[in-house]
Amino acid sequence: MARRSHVQTTLNGETVEFLCEPRQSLLEVLRDELHLTGAKEGCNNGNCGACSVILDGRLVNSCLVLGVEAEGKSVETIEGLADPDKLHPIQDAFLENAALQCGICTPGFIMSAKALLDQNPNPTEHEVRYWLAGNLCRCTGYDKIVRAVLDAAAAE
Amino acid sequence: MRDFSYIAATTIPEAVALLDEKGESARILAGGTDLIVQVREARRDVDWMIDIKSIPEVNALDYNATTGLVLGAAVECYKIYADDAICDAYPGLIDATKIIGGTAIQGRAGVGGNLCNASPAADGIPPLIVLNASCVIAGPNGEREVPVEDFCTAPGQTVLEKGEMLVSMKIPVPASNSSSYYLRFIPRNEMDIAVVGAGASVTLDAAKETIVSARIALAAVAPTPLFAEEASALLAGQEVSDEAIDAAAEAAQAIARPISDMRGTAEQRTHLVGVLTRRALNGAIQRVREAA
Repeated sequence: MARRSHVQTTLNGETVEFLCEPRQSLLEVLRDELHLTGAKEGCNNGNCGACSVILDGRLVNSCLVLGVEAEGKSVETIEGLADPDKLHPIQDAFLENAALQCGICTPGFIMSAKALLDQNPNPTEHEVRYWLAGNLCRCTGYDKIVRAVLDAAAAE
Repeated sequence: MRDFSYIAATTIPEAVALLDEKGESARILAGGTDLIVQVREARRDVDWMIDIKSIPEVNALDYNATTGLVLGAAVECYKIYADDAICDAYPGLIDATKIIGGTAIQGRAGVGGNLCNASPAADGIPPLIVLNASCVIAGPNGEREVPVEDFCTAPGQTVLEKGEMLVSMKIPVPASNSSSYYLRFIPRNEMDIAVVGAGASVTLDAAKETIVSARIALAAVAPTPLFAEEASALLAGQEVSDEAIDAAAEAAQAIARPISDMRGTAEQRTHLVGVLTRRALNGAIQRVREAA
């Protein structure tokens, strides 16, 4: 077995250290080593977006990043989004619009939406749909999700 | 996932020495959107992943209006289409970088990885071919350059020899009155693999009526992306007309040798080569004419 590496990263604003094998994806590190189970494993090959996190300000599939690659980087996950006493506006908008059913895809959609609104605070519906094309939902039919993101943009 | 070791190389000589020492058991890691999946699904045996993203040369994104573009092998798609000067100079390349995967893939994947993965359906390769790009390769015996159309040799195979790595792509400055265009056919709107892809670049005369030169390239109709050399040559000196474009499209169809698979039949693909070649040429011509 390859030696476990020591990795130091900034996770949701706090410095975190962990040990991982090179073959562990960032998703596996988040879930199995750091016990942050918000990011989900769907396809594990970059198609479904359930594992979406923000790495140094860019949306990525955490199943397609090695844990060791997080060294010196900044990682944002769904766990870092809400304040202790209130939800993030995107989370509120998802609740208000009933933009989820089973909820497996939701953390990925919300991180993807956050990455979009961080760089484009007033997207068109077209822009929202294309941006979210890498996130799959098998329950909602997407329309409520798109409305939630547009509502969140209007609220922010 | 299979067990492997990870090394973040910081210089080209370091990466080349590692590749030379480890041989077939080593693989370069850039965006990882193909490689990590291939290793996870046991489609590629890798004992060493050599991360090149800390090497300055592979992160180059330098456009200069007199010398052209140096595009580092690890530059992610999102950085390419965020650069206004590059969008103006090479719109056909931008067409491709915006449709490779979705947002999260474009945050990691780059055109250099697209080349080294050597998929016949790679969207990033036809635009590089029509833009006359060359690949800068570093190896144990120094540097060499290879035209992009000669880089891929078979599905998943490239001209890279033991110890060699792709450092960057060099794209010349576009001629005046020229532009480029890339499009593909897929059965949905996004997040899919090309059934057929076609890229074109054209240079028109000052009146924007006559084609001075053109280049056409195709994806997903042969074991490697194809430069449609004869079809391109047919257009030189022709007035812009449906007849000239149809003739080029037919010549492009003649070199397509597609397979039938889950994405489409050989017959449909051959038909699509004609449709997409016409659209790519017309798209590039329209861009020249719309430019100030």
